[in-house]
Amino acid sequence: MEMNGGSVVAMIGKDCVAIASDLRLGSQAVGLASNFEKVFPVNDKLFIGLSGLATDTYTLRESLRFRVNMYRMKEEREITPETFTHLVSSTLYEKRFGPYFIEPVVAGLPDATPLNPNPKPFISTMDTIGCITTPKDFAVAGTATDKLYGVAEGLWEPDLEPEDLFETISQTILNAMDRDALSGWGAVVHVISKDKVVTRYLRGRMD
Amino acid sequence: MEALVQRLAPPPAHVDPDEYSVGGDGEGNLNALGVVRGMQVPRVPDPAAFLSTYTNSMSQNPQAKIKLEHGTTTLAFRFRGGIIVSVDSRATAGSYIASGTVKKVIEINKYLLGTMAGGAADCQYWETYLGMRCRMHELRNKERISVAAASKLLANIVYEYKGQGLSMGTMICGWDKTGPQIFYVDSEGTRLKGNVFAVGSGATFAYGVLDQGYSYDLSDEDAQELGRRAIVAAGHRDAYSGNTNNLFHVREDGWEFLGNKDISELWYKYEQEKKDARHATAAGSGADAGAGKQQGENAARPTTEVQPVPMEE
Repeated sequence: MEMNGGSVVAMIGKDCVAIASDLRLGSQAVGLASNFEKVFPVNDKLFIGLSGLATDTYTLRESLRFRVNMYRMKEEREITPETFTHLVSSTLYEKRFGPYFIEPVVAGLPDATPLNPNPKPFISTMDTIGCITTPKDFAVAGTATDKLYGVAEGLWEPDLEPEDLFETISQTILNAMDRDALSGWGAVVHVISKDKVVTRYLRGRMD
Repeated sequence: MEALVQRLAPPPAHVDPDEYSVGGDGEGNLNALGVVRGMQVPRVPDPAAFLSTYTNSMSQNPQAKIKLEHGTTTLAFRFRGGIIVSVDSRATAGSYIASGTVKKVIEINKYLLGTMAGGAADCQYWETYLGMRCRMHELRNKERISVAAASKLLANIVYEYKGQGLSMGTMICGWDKTGPQIFYVDSEGTRLKGNVFAVGSGATFAYGVLDQGYSYDLSDEDAQELGRRAIVAAGHRDAYSGNTNNLFHVREDGWEFLGNKDISELWYKYEQEKKDARHATAAGSGADAGAGKQQGENAARPTTEVQPVPMEE
């Protein structure tokens, strides 16, 4: 985790979720790139953040893309955030004795189904070998974990509208990054609501 | 037997013998004259090993509980107009940024500056103490101490503690009878005279900028700008350097503080200037400079919105 640096945070709002990552890619103390996004779309209402070792970020993203595509073809429907979380978890546990150095964060809005007509916004996070946690407020991962917890604990409140959720998650990641040497160099935020996803790039400190 | 003798022997005393004999107990580790008599050392066979169990002061034990300030960028260079001293202000404990407002230039006296890299407390304590010793020299000899002598005083002190866990890399900068002088002194005992120095984890980045822009004949303004830019470059690339830049200029009549500026803001400013320069060249004249400026005002907005993320196929 300390090799490349980087952090991800996800938050639940009122009928919306947000997920954000920093943009730094480093090699120990040296910053290499400021356009390394760690959050990827799975479908139009589901995102995954993969913070940790950069090479595993890509490997795992491709591996999950393959599995989600297989799921989509077999089932002829989109994968739900809950199911996707379990898919990520199993993928991680396959490497129990030589894990991916990744702490994933999943954020998504489930579609309404006959069985579940009023689905709630969903976030989850896992450790490197796939132990799932599904918080009701926010999930954090990466080198700025401690700092993100601190700020999020102070700023987050229940039932935030998309605009307020954007403000909250942005302030959280920006301020946490400013106390972490290995995260930073800008950030990207995705706010997922029922009818659209808004993606914004934040200007952060460049030191 | 040897271990026993070592254990019972008094701690090192780096003082003039006559001073030492004046005796009488002062406060803590100072004698009646306020001279450091020697630090208390843990009563164990190997104090250095004892210390490194608990701290990373010698960079040997990454699991140590107590992480001391390590990452830094400091630089100083000599030129026609005197000396430029430029430093960052970040203190880190592991990857945690413990502070962004550290004073890494220690004002020893009106004519002498010391920089701080390595252990913050080590630098602060011993350079403040160096200030006392320099004042004593002034009173005894009715003459200001030379930079060479001052730096040697410090080098001799830290050499006595060699191997015991002191961690400092410092530049003693000042103006004496012989003109502007910079001495690099570190806790290994190294003492070097030179024109251009950079110390700390971001030193390589600072040297990069410094080497391509340095000339002894730089104007005051250009030299100050070079000092700023080198620290901004280091603060940008090095994770353990950053936050703000403190700039000093040493002249014949003593040092002058030239201000504290945010490194990130300077970086954005320099980037904008680069962009403007490119626009101006692309337009074939300076006529397009206004467009770049407008873009700069837009960039001041904290966010840029982009298209919603396309669906993954």
